[in-house]
Amino acid sequence: MHIFLLILKRDLRLAFRRWNELATSLLFFIIIASLFPLASSPEISQLRDYGGAVLWISALLSSLLALDGLFRTDAEDGSMEQLVLSPAPLGVIVLAKITAHWIVSGVPLLLVAPLLALSFYLPLEALPVFIAAIALATPILSVLAAIGAALTVTLRGGGAIIGLLMLPMMVPVLVFGTWATEAAVQGDNPNGALLLLASLAILSVSLGPLAAAGAVKVAME
Amino acid sequence: MGFMHWFYSLASPPHVYRLAGRACPWFAGLAGVFLVAGAYGGLVLAPADYLQGDGFRIIYVHVPSAYLGMLAYVLMATSAAIGFIWRMKMAHGLAVSAAPLGAWFTFLALVTGGIWGKPMWGTYWQWADARLMSELMLLFLFLGYIVLRESFDDREKADRISAILAVVGVINVPIIHYSVEWWSTLHQGPTIAKLDEPSITMDMLIPLLFMLIGFTAFFGWLLCKRLQGEILNREKRTRWVQELIRGASA
Amino acid sequence: MGGYAGYVWSAYGITLAVMIANVWAAYRYHAKWRERALEEGMAKISGRQPRVKKIS
Repeated sequence: MHIFLLILKRDLRLAFRRWNELATSLLFFIIIASLFPLASSPEISQLRDYGGAVLWISALLSSLLALDGLFRTDAEDGSMEQLVLSPAPLGVIVLAKITAHWIVSGVPLLLVAPLLALSFYLPLEALPVFIAAIALATPILSVLAAIGAALTVTLRGGGAIIGLLMLPMMVPVLVFGTWATEAAVQGDNPNGALLLLASLAILSVSLGPLAAAGAVKVAME
Repeated sequence: MGFMHWFYSLASPPHVYRLAGRACPWFAGLAGVFLVAGAYGGLVLAPADYLQGDGFRIIYVHVPSAYLGMLAYVLMATSAAIGFIWRMKMAHGLAVSAAPLGAWFTFLALVTGGIWGKPMWGTYWQWADARLMSELMLLFLFLGYIVLRESFDDREKADRISAILAVVGVINVPIIHYSVEWWSTLHQGPTIAKLDEPSITMDMLIPLLFMLIGFTAFFGWLLCKRLQGEILNREKRTRWVQELIRGASA
Repeated sequence: MGGYAGYVWSAYGITLAVMIANVWAAYRYHAKWRERALEEGMAKISGRQPRVKKIS
């Protein structure tokens, strides 16, 4: 627990020093979402139809972007090697790093997404479910993107390949997230989808850091 | 004792090379017999379906391809995991050999699925079909594995990193499959959106079983062949390889 | 074949083509590495480097 908090505080401090990187991923999210009405049509009826999908896809893509630097900067300056060599379990260290990153990028997304959703004419009654779904989804996306970042940490130009590797794995999040949103919009029961998201969240947060830690260890060999 | 002995013998490259070499003609023969018999049964002997007419005969290439794609991925992930845990180069070699084969079978499943879909749904591609969608994701998983491997210069690092990817992937495959299946039942159009298997009778089933065995044997054949090439690749500087090829060409 | 002939034959045809291509590719893969292994052996005898490892 102690090492978890230690790494968490360290990464949060570092992240706030490099706030520009995190602002970038948030702005990326907003920009992608904004492009869709430009590409098709800003009419209310159409926006309402694809608004949910747009937001979810934008969230997926910006999560990939945000986590590329998660391990890379540490790997480059040598601190990653120190963490790998430390007696503390690497999985816990990695979980702390992912948590720090989620706090700094996932949470702002959680605050901005509802506003964007309203701009896409998402009905107000559907908003709580939408927020809950995003809240469950962002940890999953963070863990998956972290696995991708760990696998590619020693490779140059990581960003796009993380997408190729991890986007198929993000499909369930996309499916259940949009399902919950749709259900809420149409007045159906979204609980099935939300529970599925919750179980995916538990699964990924418990096992994902182990995979990411394994990959980091191999990369540092 | 016997099993562990056998298991560790699989770590020996010359042993595996010989084993694969001896297995090839058996697999090839088996494949030939069952593929020809199955194709004949599927195209000629099986009765036409009540609803789909002769169009359903595509099932005899579509289903085995899809099945083999899945089998290849599970085999790839399992051997990559074994290679990672026990540090067995041969297990990694098996995973590498399985990847392109699995990708091609999955590609075939997608193409034959689309061709099947044209007379059934009217379009070559149906986004709403759950099986096609999860097969598409499986193809991406294979391609991701292959691309990731290629990105590393150090072979051992490539082996171990892609092994992690394969294991994470194999855990995700059923999750992706079920999520897409739920999604497609939500979005099913008024026409039949699934690749509906006709209600299968025995004389329709037997050619399918033959084709499944034939495809699997075919996969085994090429897997062994590729594995041999992969072993030569990894071991080309060793004495046993030099003696082997010198002896063969002498 | 009740009008489905085109579809059925093209499906089987593509399957056959891909299978044959894969057989060819697998045997070529084996042959390629056998050639490379021979080159390595030659190089050891003559002392030269057969192939320069690409630096990337």
